Amino acid sequence: MNRNDVQINQTAPGKIPDRSDSREILLQTNKLTKEFQLKKGKNALCVHAVTDVDLTVYKGETLALVGESGCGKSTLGRTIVRLLEATRGNVLFHDKDITAMSEKEFRSIRPNMQMVFQDPYASLDPRMTVRRIIAEPLITYHICSSKEELDRKVMELMKAVGVPVEFMNRYPHQFSGGQRQRIGIARALALQPELIICDEPVSALDVSVQSQVLNLLKDLQEQYGLTYLFIGHDLSVINFIADRICVMFLGSVCEIADKDELYSNPLHPYTSFLMDAIPQADPHLRESKRKMITGEIPSPVNLPAGCYFHTRCPYATEECLKEKPQLKDYGGRLCACHHAGDFENRN
Amino acid sequence: MNQENVLEIRGLKSYFFTEKGVVPAVDEVDLIVPKGKIIGLVGESGCGKSMTAKSVMGLLRFPGKIAEGSILYDGKDLAQYKDKELRKYCGKEISMIFQEPMTSLNPVLKVGRQVRETLLIHDRSLNKSQAKEKTIEIFRSVGIPEPEKRYNSYPHELSGGLRQRVMIAMAMICKPKLLIADEPTTALDVTIEAQILRLMKQLRDETGTSILIITHNLGVIAEICDYVYVMYAGKIMEQAETFELFDHTMHPYTKGLVASIPRIGKNPERLYTIPGVVPNLLHLPKGCAFSNRCQYATDRCRSEKATLICAGEDHYIRCFHVEEELAGTGGAPLQADLTQAEPEQAELTQAKPADTQSVSTEVQA
Amino acid sequence: MDEVKAMDFNTENLSSQIGEKDGIKEKLWRMCRQNKLAAVSAIVILLIILLAVFAPVIAPYGESDTSLTERLAGPSSEHILGTDYLGRDVFTRLLYGARVSLVIGVMPSIIALVVGVTLGLLAGYLGGWVDYVIMRVADVMLSIPSLLLAMVVMYIMGTSVVTLFIALSLTSWASVARVVRSQTLSLKETEYVEAARSIGVKRWTIMFRHIMPNCIPSLIVLFTLNIPSAILSESSLSFLGIGVQPPSASWGLMVNEAKQYLFTSPWLCLIPCLVIMVVVLAFNFLGDGLRDVLDPYMKKQ
Repeated sequence: MNRNDVQINQTAPGKIPDRSDSREILLQTNKLTKEFQLKKGKNALCVHAVTDVDLTVYKGETLALVGESGCGKSTLGRTIVRLLEATRGNVLFHDKDITAMSEKEFRSIRPNMQMVFQDPYASLDPRMTVRRIIAEPLITYHICSSKEELDRKVMELMKAVGVPVEFMNRYPHQFSGGQRQRIGIARALALQPELIICDEPVSALDVSVQSQVLNLLKDLQEQYGLTYLFIGHDLSVINFIADRICVMFLGSVCEIADKDELYSNPLHPYTSFLMDAIPQADPHLRESKRKMITGEIPSPVNLPAGCYFHTRCPYATEECLKEKPQLKDYGGRLCACHHAGDFENRN
Repeated sequence: MNQENVLEIRGLKSYFFTEKGVVPAVDEVDLIVPKGKIIGLVGESGCGKSMTAKSVMGLLRFPGKIAEGSILYDGKDLAQYKDKELRKYCGKEISMIFQEPMTSLNPVLKVGRQVRETLLIHDRSLNKSQAKEKTIEIFRSVGIPEPEKRYNSYPHELSGGLRQRVMIAMAMICKPKLLIADEPTTALDVTIEAQILRLMKQLRDETGTSILIITHNLGVIAEICDYVYVMYAGKIMEQAETFELFDHTMHPYTKGLVASIPRIGKNPERLYTIPGVVPNLLHLPKGCAFSNRCQYATDRCRSEKATLICAGEDHYIRCFHVEEELAGTGGAPLQADLTQAEPEQAELTQAKPADTQSVSTEVQA
Repeated sequence: MDEVKAMDFNTENLSSQIGEKDGIKEKLWRMCRQNKLAAVSAIVILLIILLAVFAPVIAPYGESDTSLTERLAGPSSEHILGTDYLGRDVFTRLLYGARVSLVIGVMPSIIALVVGVTLGLLAGYLGGWVDYVIMRVADVMLSIPSLLLAMVVMYIMGTSVVTLFIALSLTSWASVARVVRSQTLSLKETEYVEAARSIGVKRWTIMFRHIMPNCIPSLIVLFTLNIPSAILSESSLSFLGIGVQPPSASWGLMVNEAKQYLFTSPWLCLIPCLVIMVVVLAFNFLGDGLRDVLDPYMKKQ
């Protein structure tokens, strides 16, 4: 495919494309910003983990957040579920501003957004049995009236994720990584949430187990009509699970697009670099055929002026050094680059 | 020992003698690293791939030890060597880099000094300033920007990619004949991973150092290895030249592994999965270690241990099924089976993401 | 049937065979086999506890049975360890003294544990000014010599067993609080605590159901190591005459009473000293052994 021929219809920035209007918006972030204060006072220093992120998650879809470590994808996920308090901006869940809510008000929303964590060895309390781990959300919200009901619910959940119910009285260390991640998923499912935030749920697993868990996540989504915000760094995993992909760099969004569009025609140079960097399990596609990004990620403490990516971008121009590009709509997909789509022309 | 080979591992058995029983972490492994080649050892966690490397470096800790076999380096059997004798080779002629560079660097010493010390230990003819010069030189050659400045940095001041470069510099400074890299890129981001892989390839081309890469990532293998060993539950299951292995995958385990990776350019509804999990090495299945997860397993597989047989040009495999198929005695054709079980997956193994490739070549041009 | 299933499961699932994790029970068992000194110490402690509990049954005489005709007698068949200046049987006194000494060793340790764990959890988990206040108080407590503080308290509040408990736990809670706080600080960052927070589990539940149980290994160690220091402090206070009051027996008191006869009847003084030494050493060895298996991190510190 020749990318230079791709038509780019630039419409008003920030406007949600028409074809999405039919879909129900589940979650929206507006200029969401999270900064970590390193030093207070005159020479205040802070880490700009997430900067002005606008994101829309539609009901029933899987939106993937992808980027390298330190790009703020996990921080963004945690800020959305209020494990971290946002510095600025807000998060709308079903059009309700959850960032402004008090802890008490938020308790009624929280069951609807659950999380699956990265490390299956660290995310389960080593001193609790599987029964207790999965039951914890149910106990917290007083969902079951009797012990029998609780046990029944726990067993149902274990069956749903494929952990044998006989092992409900075992401790996490008696399970393999894959089984533990299933238990983590069962815990997230317990409150029948609408949105599950998966924070790199398979990156700590072996290849053969990884595919099992990915299949499970997909099955559960179908079965329960779940919406996923899937945080990951492996574009091939994301290619399998996601519907739409949001590429992040240094705390801000580079590009949001449907999966197929993104892979076939990345508009942002960073996206294409990221895709080319993945080592493919096929020796015929060796790196000699591919281009490579140079340099390292700039420090999130002293953000570069202009486009954050310009220090690594071979296509950067004068404009990129001065002005930070805003997310603009290119025929239904969003990209923050002054030279979106036509960057390889200049090389 | 063949002069063309830097390292020859013969029938290596590294066992862990635990209270609960003997754990055969490495079981009769034969592995050859020829001069100037990059060899891959791939497997899932707990398959014994790291233990193989540790056996070579004499890094096995109690209760683990080499029970049998030989590790031939330069005509000498390292398996028989005492710790002190081993140190003469390890670090100088054989060096190793690890997964997490932060834990292998001393946090209170400047990185330049750490690399310099390594050089000084093995080459006593140098004085300090010469060693410093050499260190800066190698920093430059592994692509560390501003090497003079970085010489005086502490490990925590460097990013993960730079730290791994320092580790590689430290490993390469004595111009080793063999570099063992244990998951060298697992802790790194993809863009940095690509850089490091390219660097390792470049070092091999420039210095002729042989590299043994240990990884769980078939992508890394496909990217830079010349020859691959696939390990499962302490045993080599399949070994072949890289292109041969990916083009004519034979062992059911390797096939499953290759098929279960999600790939760009293909959007299957479901991924192929190998049922079950890696077995506990304490309670291995009686016959073939993979028999409890293998869809082709027969009674013979469950009761007898298979041996490595030649199944093609420099392609060896440990599987009764393929053996029978090759001999033409029974055994359904393997390729057909997998195609039937997971149609889209069999296709996957040969698929090349056309889009990505064309795009990339385009940009190169 | 169940057994078989469990076996299958094990075979299938423990992927990290070599790093297989043991529960507390297995760790204790391992300690007993690998660390003989700790195992012997545990047996000694168990023996002394049994002797103390069954003191009335084992003791040949009553606690305060005096026999003025047999004052300061050496070891004999009637009195295995001889008699003291009032003709009381030393062996009997030792047994009853064990009760007092052990209770005084254990009780302040329990109080220190309860107070220290609660305050440590609060300081670590809540942070901010709560942390600041609690930790500064703890610092003050740790900067005063513990025996001196105990003496002051005993003088002010009078000598009774309860004040003794308070006096002895007054400083030891601070070290418990410090350890618990530092562990809380690191445990609070773990993913399972984050997971609990993401579910919406209340703060108190997180503190006492997630964080505290994971501190237990270090708490067992701290508890075991607190006991001997409490026993020693009690002995010191009793020796100085402000601890346990006669006629009840305590090992420290026995040393105090025997000090006048050090040269004429040395065993009177030596025997309780020896017992104190053995018990304190046993608790210390056991504590070290426990620390090695339960809490390797603390060893590094």
